[in-house]
Amino acid sequence: MDSSTTSPISALRKTPLNALHRRLGAKMVNFGGWDMPVEYPPSGGLIAEHKAVRGSVGVFDVSHMGDIRIHSGKKPGGALAAVQHITMNDASRLAIGQAHYSAMLYPEGTFVDDVIVHRLGEDDFLLVINAGTREKDINWVRDNTKGFDGVVEDLSDAYTQLAIQGPRAAEVLQKLTDADLGAIKNYWFTHGTVCGLKNTLIARTGYTGEDGFEIYVPSGVATSERVWNQVMEAGREFGIIPCGLGARNTLRLESKMALYGHEISEQINVWEAGLDRYCKMEKGEFIGRAALERAKAAGLARTLVGIEMIDRGIARDEYCCCNDAGERVGVVTSGSPSPTSGKNIALAYVPPAYSALGTVLRVEIRGQKYKAQVVPTPFYKRPKKHATA
Amino acid sequence: MGYPKDRRYTKEHEWIELKGDLATIGITDHAQHELGDVVFVELPKLGAKIEAGKSFGTVESVKAVSEIYAPANGEVIEANGELQNKPETINSDPHGAAWLIKVRLTNAKGISDLMDAAAYEAYIAEKGKETSA
Repeated sequence: MDSSTTSPISALRKTPLNALHRRLGAKMVNFGGWDMPVEYPPSGGLIAEHKAVRGSVGVFDVSHMGDIRIHSGKKPGGALAAVQHITMNDASRLAIGQAHYSAMLYPEGTFVDDVIVHRLGEDDFLLVINAGTREKDINWVRDNTKGFDGVVEDLSDAYTQLAIQGPRAAEVLQKLTDADLGAIKNYWFTHGTVCGLKNTLIARTGYTGEDGFEIYVPSGVATSERVWNQVMEAGREFGIIPCGLGARNTLRLESKMALYGHEISEQINVWEAGLDRYCKMEKGEFIGRAALERAKAAGLARTLVGIEMIDRGIARDEYCCCNDAGERVGVVTSGSPSPTSGKNIALAYVPPAYSALGTVLRVEIRGQKYKAQVVPTPFYKRPKKHATA
Repeated sequence: MGYPKDRRYTKEHEWIELKGDLATIGITDHAQHELGDVVFVELPKLGAKIEAGKSFGTVESVKAVSEIYAPANGEVIEANGELQNKPETINSDPHGAAWLIKVRLTNAKGISDLMDAAAYEAYIAEKGKETSA
């Protein structure tokens, strides 16, 4: 066994639920400077958590995520113009109460971060960003919206954010709120009373590939713990369990959702990452657009593919990807056993010549090359439901 | 969990049980707990030489890869083939059914320097304090 090195705990940031996670026996890790639960061994651990979300319901503390609000200055339209300038999706198409996946780009067309943009009002937006990039993002947003008549507010520490995820998530949360959850479509949100807390943001969003909600409650410790406990109580009949970052990662990987620093980074552009459908070139100017035009004309040097191991071995982040002849051609960005299929899956960047389904590749694991093949993605797609309760 | 008193322990969380010049080697309960759900084990072939302090195999959980280090010098006479199909045994019975390899020691030098159960328990208690202070 390697003995892992850990940063001094005092230097790490904590969410309001930190003490609760420790009482629950969570295994804590340093995630981008945050002391976060990776799994909860007493309630079953990573695989049990993953299966709870796929099969029923689980709850995650995602308060480490950052929240940036951009709203009108003196004149209407300034916030929308600012959001349009700094993100690649078309925020003008969002209705009030609707959200979408987007990204903030460098002038090179590579990623500052990916982001969920919520339209709170005609000229009022909430951008939910990654934990590890919070300071970088907020500075970048402030720097790049200076010429716009919008007000940028960092609300990251104002909220405890809980993700209630899984096919039974709506039933669990409905017990705790007066909002009609059945009326909220995927990637829409509303405000309602949750656990007695008025005007709580309730979004039908998540990072698991499953149905689910993210709620934003005031960040006091007592309030946060009370809401968490009420969610657990409401979910008891469905076998709800607390879920950590470990399951969050395997769930998002099966669903082929990008993770900053892995599938997307300041080295990788939108086309390579395969996020074309969230990038609206026709909406007009935005940071990174000119470089993306040029990149499109130049063609792809590499593309993101899903692979599945054929030989016995687990592909991991940063392992080399070789062609069948054994020449290094690419790199794994995320790799793990899939708790749903039991197979060893990965995402990797390879030249387009090796991206066709069925292409045999070799992943270099501790000096040996193990056979894998390109497979369709996402690795997991949730079954379609008829009702949207 | 009480650590068996009939064996010795390394700082890298392996255990070794001696019977004459034959030794059985595994990883500790603490190690499996740190790893989480074990999904994959890679062990040396019969006849392979292992060298004290050097890696002889890997144990992988969903999240992590961990090298396993040899507590002593020797030659592998048996590897636990059951673990290939049931790696989760490492989580459920790390000190028993989930032994990893049996070796014939080439010299027993250094084994008496390894920790006994009481020393190992004190060692992991101390490590726990470092990370949860």
